[in-house]
Amino acid sequence: MAAMPTHDLPTHDFPVAKRWYRRHAAPVRVTHWINVICFTLLLMSGLQIFNAHPALYVGERSDFDHPAMSIQAHLSANGLVGETMILGHSFDTTGVLGVSNEGGQVSRRAFPSWVTVPSFQDLATGRRWHFLFAWLLVLNALGYLVWGIASWHFVRDLLPSREELGHVGKEFLEHLRLRFPRGDAAKRYNVLQQLAYLLVVFVLFPLMILTGLTMSPGIDSAVPQLLTLFGGRQTARLIHFVTASSLVLFVIVHFVMVLISGVWNNLRSMITGWYDLGNPRTTDVA
Amino acid sequence: MSRDHLRRRDLLQALVAIGGLALSGCDRVASAPPFRSLLDAANSLTYTVQRLLIGAHRLAPEYSEADISPAFRPNGSTDPQDEDYLNLVDKHFADWRLKVHGLVARELSLSLEELRSLAARTQITRHDCVEGWSCIGKWTGVPLAEILSRAGVRPEARFVVFHCADTLDDGESSVDPESTRYYESIDLIDAAHPQTILAYDMNGKPLTVPHGAPLRLRLERQLGYKMAKYIMRIELVRSVADLHGGRGGYWEDRGYEWYAGI
Repeated sequence: MAAMPTHDLPTHDFPVAKRWYRRHAAPVRVTHWINVICFTLLLMSGLQIFNAHPALYVGERSDFDHPAMSIQAHLSANGLVGETMILGHSFDTTGVLGVSNEGGQVSRRAFPSWVTVPSFQDLATGRRWHFLFAWLLVLNALGYLVWGIASWHFVRDLLPSREELGHVGKEFLEHLRLRFPRGDAAKRYNVLQQLAYLLVVFVLFPLMILTGLTMSPGIDSAVPQLLTLFGGRQTARLIHFVTASSLVLFVIVHFVMVLISGVWNNLRSMITGWYDLGNPRTTDVA
Repeated sequence: MSRDHLRRRDLLQALVAIGGLALSGCDRVASAPPFRSLLDAANSLTYTVQRLLIGAHRLAPEYSEADISPAFRPNGSTDPQDEDYLNLVDKHFADWRLKVHGLVARELSLSLEELRSLAARTQITRHDCVEGWSCIGKWTGVPLAEILSRAGVRPEARFVVFHCADTLDDGESSVDPESTRYYESIDLIDAAHPQTILAYDMNGKPLTVPHGAPLRLRLERQLGYKMAKYIMRIELVRSVADLHGGRGGYWEDRGYEWYAGI
């Protein structure tokens, strides 16, 4: 990725030197990309683990006849059918969930081979990858947390002010009209970003780690309060899955926003730190 | 069993492996030796941290009668067809003896009656399968620590190995049935844990064949595959390297972690 360009900047009424802004500190950039690798592999190895028993339950134990959610394959007159059941509602998901193509063969598997690590059914390897990247993710998160507190990053950049909170509705409408802040207004995360990042950093990731730990019989003997907190091991497994799905949803929205609000500018700022503020809209300058 | 922790060489190999990850497919990286050793290092780290965090005597949660699963799912071998075992079933295990040998002061040979006459422990616990599901059952049996103190563990012993009556069909047509014989091993910390019992009763009735009759291990702070069923003999050893595949258990020889507390 190119660093700050030094030639051919079009002449604008806004001074060139003021357009380039160091938007992301190095610790944010480094931990962000480590997190991208960890989350991707945790997700894919997690789906491999899920495939070993593709059903979720509420409580301490599995009531095999009454799962809250399940992905199954069964044989019908038309061949193998993939069926996904969520809270009693069944959907035909042949081709993606329950039944999908694996190396040219129609096979029974909950999640398809292109989203699991390894691609073929191998619980042992899936678990080993999952726990390795879980360690990396936790160490990365600890580094980020310590830095974020010590540098006032959380307070300065992520915590919305009372005034910013008051703009949630307006900001939301601006986003819907695909109008993104420029100039000085783009130096700070907008309030929707702040709320989304706070949710991911302080709610979703901690939930992933805690529900993951609750599934460990070893940890349960040391901290049985986790079972009380989440309502049993199987509920913890369900929350782990639902929270992971929420993070996938966040990543999709995050991707779309990165794409439509200036993909190179966003990518450059997350790699080199430099962000082009552009010309401020007349409405943005008071 | 190598219990070496994150070493510098492992870390360097890890960096190389992660670099390779970006370039080639995950499947190929997964089977590359440097990455395997990194995965082993992660498992060692989990073992070390959990041992530090949990302590030797913390008990696994125990439940009430009302929590017991109506249908406890058996897994692994559920109906062994090995001839010696079928003969034992025919005679209701009257000829069965639990042999305790290896690095012990006194070898033992105990009948089911003798085991039942020893002080027993009953516990209602949650069984967590590596696949992800859980069932709750009530188990009665002799604490392993009691058997080991009768046999007298020699100071050089480090692992307790459970040799089982069942062989599994692992999909490969093996000529030698011993290559698919079930076995498991635990360390002496878990062997001394009060909830580690040799169970002969389940939910108040003698163990049935699907659940491991006549005797199975309960190891409540680890996953189901550690809890050997159809136990024939218990051996105390210094190292598990010379047994079967050398990684300390049937599933361990097939890629699963030796420490299954997670």
